[in-house]
Order: sequence, then structure tokens, then C-alpha cells
Amino acid sequence: MAEPLLQIKGLTKFFGGLRAVSDFHLDLGQGELVGLIGPNGAGKTTVFNLITGMLPLTSGEVRFRGESIVGLPPHRVFGKGIARTFQNIRLFKEATVEDNVKVVLDARAGYSLPAAAIRTPAVLRSEVALREEAQQLLGILGLGGRTDTAAKNLPYGAQRRLEMARALAGKPSLLLLDEPAAGMNPAEVRELVSLIRDVKEKFGLSILLIEHQMGVVMNLCPRIVVMDFGEIIGEGTPAEVQGNPKVLEAYLGRGGVA
Amino acid sequence: MADKPRGKGFFAPGGRLLLPAVLVAFYVLARVLVAAGLLNGYWQLILDQSLIVATASLGLSLIYGFCGQFSLGHAAFYGLGAYTAGLISKLWGHGDPLWFVGSLLAGAVVAGLVAVVIGLPILRLRSDYLGIATLGFGIIVKVLMDNSGKLIPETGGATGMTGVPMVANLTWVFIVAVAAIFLVRNLVFSRFGRSWVAIREDEVAADAMGINTTRAKTLAFVLGCALAGLAGALYAHRYPFIHPSSFDFLKSIDFLIIVVLGGLGSFSGTVATAVAWVFLLEGLRAVLGVAFVDYRGVVYALILVAVIILRPRGLLGGKEWSALLPRLGRRDGREEAKPHG
Repeated sequence: MAEPLLQIKGLTKFFGGLRAVSDFHLDLGQGELVGLIGPNGAGKTTVFNLITGMLPLTSGEVRFRGESIVGLPPHRVFGKGIARTFQNIRLFKEATVEDNVKVVLDARAGYSLPAAAIRTPAVLRSEVALREEAQQLLGILGLGGRTDTAAKNLPYGAQRRLEMARALAGKPSLLLLDEPAAGMNPAEVRELVSLIRDVKEKFGLSILLIEHQMGVVMNLCPRIVVMDFGEIIGEGTPAEVQGNPKVLEAYLGRGGVA
Repeated sequence: MADKPRGKGFFAPGGRLLLPAVLVAFYVLARVLVAAGLLNGYWQLILDQSLIVATASLGLSLIYGFCGQFSLGHAAFYGLGAYTAGLISKLWGHGDPLWFVGSLLAGAVVAGLVAVVIGLPILRLRSDYLGIATLGFGIIVKVLMDNSGKLIPETGGATGMTGVPMVANLTWVFIVAVAAIFLVRNLVFSRFGRSWVAIREDEVAADAMGINTTRAKTLAFVLGCALAGLAGALYAHRYPFIHPSSFDFLKSIDFLIIVVLGGLGSFSGTVATAVAWVFLLEGLRAVLGVAFVDYRGVVYALILVAVIILRPRGLLGGKEWSALLPRLGRRDGREEAKPHG
């Protein structure tokens, strides 16, 4: 296999004396879909925050396309092609659905401040193109009919899809999904699973997925990494992970295996 | 996708000519009133003041209303513009129109440059550090103005500066205010405005979504302060007397009240409130009479309380007067402002 897209070695994070993530490692290849699971507080979201530069890491190495991205601020990490969604939805609530996506597409619009100040024809053309691109992306995510609504007025499931649309607007090659199915009913979850598959195919993505709903993870991810207390306690195919006694112990407690 | 179909007639709400028509009508009406002697010198001054305050308030609207950065020193930047432009005109311009225009630009540029110096280090941080820093800055500027006479006698120090040529008039003030409105509108509906709103809504997410938040915040702050400087420069050429107390902390609070009452994230709300606020202050002076003029403070407070109870998001929170929307301009997910019946 060629060099992995994302390569993490010895990733460690201390919060004071608390070891939130310890010696985490991961090789994620182009086009792979890896699940990251573990009980609450295992350090999964912290791993996301460390990869995206939202938290400074204590030690370790994170390479993307062979290049170290340690120490880059979040917006630069995003520019490299790593986009994420948030566990506790963080949309730009008062802005329209369309603007939530456009503000990310804007990075490539590139017109200057003076041009924007007098709204030149070139700016208008750029705005038309942006709108079309945003509408198209929102259409793919099933939000085509609601582009003018304030993001906060969308139903919960749609808000999660909008977070995905917003992340995809950055044309990432790696997407980090933080509990995309949280709070969804079974029907919505089924839709989400096929949506993730679709989107992965259409945008040629690699995905790292945190999820608590085992149905989703087992269904989607050929490879799963299990964390507990900041450490990797198991990894492998869904079947391997399900048969791993350490994993069962982390979830069910010692002797709780029926 | 095409723009939403608007009213058919050019003068219908949303028609392309409604806004220019309203602006021209406003200007012509003001001139006619002056010519007919219905607007005496005092009320002309108030009218011009309202447009100057509207221009400066638009600056704070960018900084706080759109970008969510709390500034408590807006009047200091307004004052920097006034003193810069006033000094230039007093020392070298002597009412020459070219010098006048140059001094206006200088007022805006000086305020903008100072904003860069203050903004760049502080806006790297999140949260309300800017509020604290601008509060301190405002006090420093006031002290500097009070003592400026020792360095530059022409500023008059704490007694205030006189002798700036009175070359600004309704036409100048009107042109600058209209230009400021269009500038702010165009920026707000551009990629720059979208990044400001994103930062206001969730700075962490904005950063994670590829927005260079420090750069975007600094841009909003610098542009907003430059607008304040420009307005101050006009003020210096419209009023015979420039005094440090016109640019103190309470004046900064005035701008803040205007932006909040007008509704955060609404530049039309800011303009309407700025004009109404100035006329209200002066109107109350007339209504209350000399003996009760100090009770104005009570009335402001009551108005503030009433607005916050009745319209907690401000007059036009996040909405815009539809005639002011540019082509392809819709934002913030709420419908364009409709008259409330």
C-alpha cells in the first residue's frame, strides 16, 4: 500500500495530570473508512481536536499526505483537506443554510476587498457561481428545499446533514465525523448510513467516524479502533472487535459477559 | 438560480429605483425645508449630526453587530478622526476643498491605523478582551486630548479646539453617509460579511471551517474604526468647537446603544436608530425644557428597557430594509423586514 493519507504516531494529550489520550496511533489509507469507538470519556473527540489543531498536543506526530500538520491552526488544517463535524452541532445558527455552506466555499471565491466594497460585476458573477455551487451541494445532502431558512430552524437531523454539507464545501480528502447519528431515530439512521456511503463515493473521501450507535459503525466500517481511558484497547474488523474480551470488558464491565 | 422575483414596478418595494428615489427625495426635502426657512440653523445642525452619527454607528455595526466583537472605545476613534482632520484643516487647509477631502481621508486612515495596532494583538484572542482593551484605549485617548495642548497648542487641550474651517455642510455629510451605507451593505453581502457573521455565531467552528478568524476580525475592526474616524473628521468641519468630552466613554456607550437598539446584524436598523436617537436627544431637550434637561437620562433608560422588552433583538435584529438589499443579497435566514402592522 502507498503511504497512508493520515498517519498518527504516539499521539498523547495531558490535561494537567489527566491523561486524555495516550500513545494513540492510526494509519488511515486513501479511501478508507475507519470507525473510532469507545465508552464515554474514552478520548475519541479529543483525538479529533488534536488532529484538527483545535487543541495543542502534548507529544506525538500527525502526518497528512506525509507532511506534519502538528502546530497548524485549525483553519490551516482545514485548508490542507481535513474537515470535521461536531458532536454538539456547531452551525452558524442565525445564518441561512446557504450561507453556512457559502462561507466555506468563499475561501476559493477570492475577490478582493475593494471589489467587494463596490460590488463589481465580477463579484456578482462570483456570487452567482457560489450560490449555484452551494445549492448543488445542499441538494446532494437533501437540503435543497430549505436553503433560505436560518440554520437554527432546521430539524435536528437536517442540522447534522448541514454540518456535513458545510464540511464537504471545503473539498476535503479526509472527513472526521463526530457522532453523526447521535439523537437520530432508526429511520434517520438508516438514511444517514446510506448518505455517508454515497458521499464517500461521490467525493472520493476517506472517513474517520466516531459513533456510539453500534449498528452504524458495524455496518459502515470495515475497520474499527476501540479506545478506553485514552488508550487503544483493540482494533480490527467488526467481528474481531466484537470478539475482543478487552473491548467487551470496557463496555460491559468485568464478568458482565453473558 | 435566479434572484427571487421582486415587485414589478421600479418604485415598488424591492424595485431597483426605490432606494435612489428615497435618497434623492430625502436630500431634496431637506434642502427645500432649509430654503423655505422651515429648518433653522440649529435643526440643520441636528440633521447633519444625525447623519454623522449614523456613519460612525455603521462602523460599530460592522464590528459588533456583524462580527460580534465588543468595542467600548468607538468614540475614541471618532475623536481621533476629528482631531486629525481638524488639525490638518486648521493648520494647513484653511477651508480649501482639496485639503478638506484630504483631511477626511486622513481622519479615516489614522483611526484605521490605530485600530490595526490595537486589533492585531488583541483579536488573536477570543472572548471579550477587545472590550477591555478598547475601554482602556478610550480613556487614554481622552487623557491625551485633554493634555494635547502642551504638545500642539492648536488643539486647545482640555479647553477644546476652535478655528477649524466650517466647510462641511448637508451635501457633504449626506454624500459620506450614503457612501458609508452602500459600502457596509456591499461588504456585508460579500464573502467578507459572511465570514464576520460566521465568527459572531461560532468562532471555534469558523476557525475549524477554514476561516482565518484573526484576519477577518481585524478587518472588521479596522474598517469600522476607519468609518468612525471619517465621521469624526466631518464632525470637526461642521461644529465650531471640538472638545475632548465629546469623545469620552459615555459617547462610546451611545454608539453601542444605537447598534443594539437598531438590532445586531442589521445596518438599516443602525442607520434608522442613529438618526432617530440624535433627534430624540435634541427633541427631549426641547420637550423637557431647561429645568428638566437632566431627566433625559431617565427617558433614555426607559426607552432602552421598553425596546429590550418589546423587541429583544432590537428594532430590526438581523433583518434589513428590503430596498437596501443588493442583487443576490439575502442573509441571516429571516425574511426581509416587513412593516409591522
